Amino acid sequence: MPDAHNPDTPPRIGVYVCHCGTNIAATIDVPALAEYAAGLPDVVVAREYKYMCSDPGQELIRQDIREHNLTRIVVASCSPLMHEPTFRGALVRAGINAFFLQMVNIREHVSWVHTNKEEATAKAKDLVRAAVRRVRLHKPLEKRRVEIKPEVLVVGGGIAGIHAALTIANSGKHVYLVERQPTIGGHMALFDKTFPTLDCAACILTPKMTAVGSHPNITLWTYAEVAAVEGYVGNYKVKVRHKPRYIVEDLCIGCQECVEACVYKEGRWADEFNLGLSKRKPIYLPFPQAVPQKVLIDPEACIEFKSHKCKKTCVEACGERKAIDFKQEASTEEIDVGSIIVSTGFKTFAAHRNACYGYGVYPNVYTSLEVERLVNASGPTSGEIVLRDGTTPKMVGIIHCVGSRDHNTNRWCSKVCCMYSLKLAHLIRERTGAEVYNFYIDMRTPGKGYEEFYDRLLDEGVHFIRGRVAEVADWPIHPSEEGKLVIRAEDTLAGFVRRIPVDMVVLSVGLEPQSDARDVRRLFNISCSEEGWFLERHPKLAPVSTFTDGVFIAGACQGPKDIPDSVAQAGAAAAEAMALADAKYVELEPYTAHVIEDACSGCKTCLTICPYTAIAFVEETKKARVNEVLCKGCGTCAATCPSGSIEQNLFEDQEIFEEVEGLLAYA
Amino acid sequence: MKYAYYPGCSLKGTGRAYEESLLAVFRALGVELEELEDWNCCGATTYISYGELQSYALAARNLSLAKQMGRDLMAPCAACYLVLNKTQHYVREYPWIGQIVDHALDAIHLPKDIGVKVRHPLDILLNDVGLEALKAKVVHPLTGLKVATYYGCQMVRPYASFDNQRNPTSMDRVLEACGATIVYYPVKTHCCGGSQKGTLPEIGLNLIRRLLTEAQRNGAEAIATVCPLCQFNLEAFQDEASTTSKFHIPVLYFTQLLALALGVRLNEAGFQRSFINIKPLLAEKEIAYA
Repeated sequence: MPDAHNPDTPPRIGVYVCHCGTNIAATIDVPALAEYAAGLPDVVVAREYKYMCSDPGQELIRQDIREHNLTRIVVASCSPLMHEPTFRGALVRAGINAFFLQMVNIREHVSWVHTNKEEATAKAKDLVRAAVRRVRLHKPLEKRRVEIKPEVLVVGGGIAGIHAALTIANSGKHVYLVERQPTIGGHMALFDKTFPTLDCAACILTPKMTAVGSHPNITLWTYAEVAAVEGYVGNYKVKVRHKPRYIVEDLCIGCQECVEACVYKEGRWADEFNLGLSKRKPIYLPFPQAVPQKVLIDPEACIEFKSHKCKKTCVEACGERKAIDFKQEASTEEIDVGSIIVSTGFKTFAAHRNACYGYGVYPNVYTSLEVERLVNASGPTSGEIVLRDGTTPKMVGIIHCVGSRDHNTNRWCSKVCCMYSLKLAHLIRERTGAEVYNFYIDMRTPGKGYEEFYDRLLDEGVHFIRGRVAEVADWPIHPSEEGKLVIRAEDTLAGFVRRIPVDMVVLSVGLEPQSDARDVRRLFNISCSEEGWFLERHPKLAPVSTFTDGVFIAGACQGPKDIPDSVAQAGAAAAEAMALADAKYVELEPYTAHVIEDACSGCKTCLTICPYTAIAFVEETKKARVNEVLCKGCGTCAATCPSGSIEQNLFEDQEIFEEVEGLLAYA
Repeated sequence: MKYAYYPGCSLKGTGRAYEESLLAVFRALGVELEELEDWNCCGATTYISYGELQSYALAARNLSLAKQMGRDLMAPCAACYLVLNKTQHYVREYPWIGQIVDHALDAIHLPKDIGVKVRHPLDILLNDVGLEALKAKVVHPLTGLKVATYYGCQMVRPYASFDNQRNPTSMDRVLEACGATIVYYPVKTHCCGGSQKGTLPEIGLNLIRRLLTEAQRNGAEAIATVCPLCQFNLEAFQDEASTTSKFHIPVLYFTQLLALALGVRLNEAGFQRSFINIKPLLAEKEIAYA
């Protein structure tokens, strides 16, 4: 075998073109491409195969390396994100350096985005030619091995975050759970019953919340947010910012005597937990089962903050415990963790955006989340379903797909709305005896026991009208409509337009990414879809991983999801984090930059532009130096350096120039 | 700022008040309009029901002429605006229609490129002129005047290029900039009856009555429209649509209200053509006019 590492020996290149079934072969003339590649300089062998990533495909490469003494390999197939590790493995097993490989993405970049076979084939040839030119210059590189810290950070304390934190903590590893609200529980804590089993949400959730609060392996930080994330897989440094709740958490025992003693005898401010349907005091516990059981003060409402002239009856009531601290300030804490699970959840569609449904105009138009509070035994009406004037509705309309499957707002199906609408229909009918009308586009009830639940509702006499509602309005055309809200919709099964007068309208609002999802994604360096949902590494095979190693996603931040799916995903993310921690070491890609000291003038330009603060200035030598552990290989410094004295492994100037020239050298 | 201007038949006939006020408003705002030379029927309403392809060919001729002028084409009438847009969409989306239209243009020796940008006056006012520039030119603010903005169907459906399809607000914003108060008007995109008042009078009249009732119920003192057919339906049949209470509400083109605010004389903005005299209302609201 010629010395693969000797730059003086002419390279012996093998080119492998994949059909990817018909994914590539339907649009690119694969045999012609392989034949073309065979004629390129230094190419010793070029082959095509139906699935290059399969075992026989890889064996083809390994065999050729051994038999033809190949020193460089080009694989023209899918995205390197998909199979670069696969083919590198093949090279290593055949005894040559993993980085003597160059992949050409003729699937995502060519066959999937073009229709003309002739032109697509020509483009694929250009790309292969460029890769052949470049791969000759590839140098042998070694991966770095770094230690993995066993601690895990979970961001977001909804059901997904709670489940992930408990799973990891139960395995004996330490978890930091950071939640921005004053209590964990997320959306699930708002619900009364869960579909399709109608088990009580609180009964199944609160034990898990309490377990989080008391678990020796969980550090729970509520009313706190992640402010900064640095580092890399296995070694993340995370800054957590604690918002002041004006209560010393360690001292508060949750007795709520302060709340009782507050100078305001009645609540006067919109209660966030009840979505404004009830009032709370300036000092309050978010809800009776809140975890942690610690009160907090709203400085916007508290007299002491506004005028410093309050009698401070709360402080008096707290007495010797001295848990109230009006001078508390935000504080920041830094932690080291090995991996991160992002489970930041969703928000619901702002119903007023669909002006035709009168939310915010007609008082008795509610969102589904508000109705969840109304039907909840611990909600503002103690579970009684009443209108704003206190009367019980006799006719209720539930409008599906509000802010879902709508080209004017959100195109996606929010997945949970059909089922929760059925649940609300059942609860409303059960508790009020009202006639309930569901207006749907399609009933989507796939899931264990879901379709059966739909059947049950049909038997219970709930009405179903297939048609997207045109509007909710208060203009009557018949005496029976006076004083009612009229839902107008085309009944597409009956073939005419219906007007249904009701007392209460429930808008089944869809799920949306959190409003700051884009900031959060930048913080954790993860990608998101066009709509803002966090992007998994692979939709089928890596559903909780992200493109950043050591950062996982779980729950509805990745896309609309019900409770069972969120919990399943949280368990998967926990398993990934635990597997990483148990591996103890991880290998890092060697794409880092390095300074050619002889050429460096010490201008420090690179120091300011490095987004990862990975470059330091060495005083003794007056030269810049890259910390290879911190370097992410973004290439910014190499491109910026005025004297061209920063090089990046696998992206050296000469390698890139060769690739460009190969691309431009028309055959 | 200069645009090609396609008036269509209505603005030269039943909708003269629209053209008069529109031209006056854009003159006052310093926007030049150049009428498309040798324009023909836009192809709307009757044609589109009777022979779609003829309709596209007619629209395409106007579009081709406008494309040669090299400016965006302003089409104020909702029907023209829709059919011009629709023709561009259909020619693009259905190659077989494109071929026939190309052939028709070929026969009259016109270029096949019909890709001129078709603009509604509201679009131009909001996005090119801008509300700030408009506000700066207001001399007689419409303070306190309660207006129901009625959009009808064709401006936003099916093609909503510059406003929301189901809850358009462009006219609201433009009239608010002139000081008017926009009332809640949930039926603002409901059907005005189109030409049903002529063919199925009872159905047409019911639709008209609904729009007038809601305007009245929500406290509107005037109705602003963007379409000559809507304006005609709502204005001309008020007596006939009246039941217990009598309708008596001015129905104006939005450009007429703009003209009023910009200090254009009433009879240069088509107010003399209204069935209902606007002056008592202006006097009551203490709105100055020229």
